[in-house]
Amino acid sequence: MATADRWTHLYKVLSKSGPFSDPDWVPGDETIKSLEESKILVIGAGGLGCEILKNLALSGFKDIHVIDMDTIDISNLNRQFLFRQSDIGKPKAEVAAAFVEKRVKGVKITPYVGKIQDKDEGYYMQFKIVVCGLDSIEARRWINSTLVGMVDMDNPESLKPLIDGGTEGFKGQARVILPSLTSCIECQLDMHAPRPAVPLCTIATIPRQPQHCIEWAHQIAWQDKRKDDAFDSDDMEHIGWVYNAALERSKEFNIPGVTFQMAQGVVKNIIPAIASTNAVIAAATTSEALKIATSCNPFLENYMMYAGEEGVYTYTFEAEKKSDCPVCGNLARKLTVNGDFTLEEFIEMLGERPEAQLKKPSLRTEEKTLYQRFPPQLEEQTRANLKLKLRDLLTSGQEVAVSDPAYTIDFRFQLVFA
Amino acid sequence: MLKIWSMKQQQQQAENAEGAAGKKKKKVTAAQLRVQRDLQELTLGNTMKMAFPDKDDILNFTLTIEPDEGMYKGGSFVFTFAVNQNFPHDPPKVKCTQKIYHPNIDLEGNVCLNILREDWKPVLNLNAVIVGMQFLFLEPNASDPLNKEAAEDLRQNRDMFKRNIRASMGGGSVRGVQFDKVLR
Repeated sequence: MATADRWTHLYKVLSKSGPFSDPDWVPGDETIKSLEESKILVIGAGGLGCEILKNLALSGFKDIHVIDMDTIDISNLNRQFLFRQSDIGKPKAEVAAAFVEKRVKGVKITPYVGKIQDKDEGYYMQFKIVVCGLDSIEARRWINSTLVGMVDMDNPESLKPLIDGGTEGFKGQARVILPSLTSCIECQLDMHAPRPAVPLCTIATIPRQPQHCIEWAHQIAWQDKRKDDAFDSDDMEHIGWVYNAALERSKEFNIPGVTFQMAQGVVKNIIPAIASTNAVIAAATTSEALKIATSCNPFLENYMMYAGEEGVYTYTFEAEKKSDCPVCGNLARKLTVNGDFTLEEFIEMLGERPEAQLKKPSLRTEEKTLYQRFPPQLEEQTRANLKLKLRDLLTSGQEVAVSDPAYTIDFRFQLVFA
Repeated sequence: MLKIWSMKQQQQQAENAEGAAGKKKKKVTAAQLRVQRDLQELTLGNTMKMAFPDKDDILNFTLTIEPDEGMYKGGSFVFTFAVNQNFPHDPPKVKCTQKIYHPNIDLEGNVCLNILREDWKPVLNLNAVIVGMQFLFLEPNASDPLNKEAAEDLRQNRDMFKRNIRASMGGGSVRGVQFDKVLR
C-alpha cells in the first residue's frame, strides 16, 4: 500500500471537526504533523504489546519506542503475532520493533531490551504519552509513581498521560491516567486482588492437587536441595528439576496430572492469555492514545472494564482519586528552611507550622532514616541525627517523608535551603 | 493534549499549594512510607525486640521473640523480615534464623502463618504479623504443620512434645535432628 493511501481515512478524521470534537480544536495539517511527531512509549512487547505496537503504527504514530526485558518463548507464538519460530530466544522488543518497521513503512520503532527501572526521569521525559501492556502490578506501580513524581508545575510537558491496558483470560481493562490529576494505579491498588496463594502447610504436608506438588518442589524441595542456586524461572534446567521433583511427589501422594507445562505455568505464575481479549484491550488503549495525541475526540474518563467471560459486558466509570493515596495523594510540598537548623529544630518547627502541626513525627528520605520514634532500637540508632544540621543530613531540594501517628495520612516535603 | 495542562493548572490554583517545583530528587517509595508508619504503630511489649542492621534500610530487620509464658518460655527466637517494594501488596517475607523444633516452622526457618501467605491483605500491617508470630509460640498448632514430626508429637503426646521442646531449645537433638541452642 502506498504510504499516502494508508493514511487517507486517518487524515479525514483529523482534518474535519466532528460533533464531539473540542470547539478549540484546529483540525488539519498541524494536528497531523503533531501526531506524527509525537514520541510515544510502549511498555511491554508481549500479548498486549504486539497488538499495541501494530495499532499505533497503523494509527499514524511514527516515532514509537518500546521496552521489554523478556525473550521470546515458544508458548508466545500463538498470540504474539510479531514473532516467528526462528525468533525464539531473541529479545521481544527488538523483534517486534523490526517486524512492525518492516511492515509499516515510514514508522520508526526504537527498542530497548531491559527493565523499565533501568531508565530515569530524563528518559521518560522525552515521550508525550506512555502506553502500558504489562502483566505485573509491580511494574505498573513503578511507572505510575515515576510519572506522578515527574509532574512539575513549571513545565506542562512534564505531565505524561499513562494509558494502561491489562487482560486476564476473558477479562480486561483499559484506563487513562493523567498523573497527579486523575486517579492513579496506586489509588486503585486494592482492586487488584492478590493472587491466591495455597497455605504453605498444605503444600508441605497434604497436597491435594498437582499444583500443590509443583509448589512444594519449587518452594520447599529447591530450598532444601539446591539452596545455593538462585532459582531462575527462565532456566529450563531449573524448571526441569522442579518438574521431576514434583512428579515424584505426585506419585507418592497418588495425584495425577503433573506436566512440564503445568510446572512452568505454576512457577512463572502464568495467567491464561486469550488473543482476542488482548486485541480488544489493545484497541481501546491505542484509540485513546490517538485521541489524546490529536485532541480530535474526547478521551476515556477514565476506566473501562471489559468482562467477556459470560457474554460481553463493558462498563466505563470514573475511578476516583484517593486523597490519601501514597503516590498521588500527597505530592511533595515545597518547604523553605534554614539549612543550619538541626533536625531537632526542624521537627519543632513542623509542630508549629499551621499546615503541619506534627507532634510526634518520624522522618526519612529515600536513602536515610532521619529519625524514627519507634521501635526503641531504631529510635536509639537515629537519635544522634537530631543534633545534626539539615545540610549535613540532606541536600537542598530533597524529599522528606513524614508520618505522625496523629494523622492517618503521611506528608511529603521538598526541603529547600534558604 | 489540549485541555490537560489547563486542567492541571486549575487544580493547582484550587489547592493554592506551593507546588512541587524545582529539580526532583529520589522520592521516598510507597513501601518505605508504609513501613515507616507501620513501625511507629507497633506495640512490642517486653517480649519482643527489633534490630536494624542498617538503620537507613527500614525494609530489612530482625525481630527477637522471647516468650515469657507457654511451652517456649525462656527461648530467644530470631526472625528476619524482608519487606519488598511491592509492600503492602505483597506480605513481608519472614524466616526464622535458627533451627528450631516447632510444628509451624520447618527446619529451614519457613513459617506457616496464614497472614504471611494466603490470608495477607494490604490493610494488614506489620503489627498484625508480629502479633501472629507471638501467638505461634504461645499456641503451636498441630493442624497446620510445617514440621510434621513435631505436629505429630504435639497431637499424640503433649508431655513428650514439651520435653522435646526443652531438649531442642537447649541445643539437644530430637529424633536424630540436632537443634540450635536458643535458651536465653
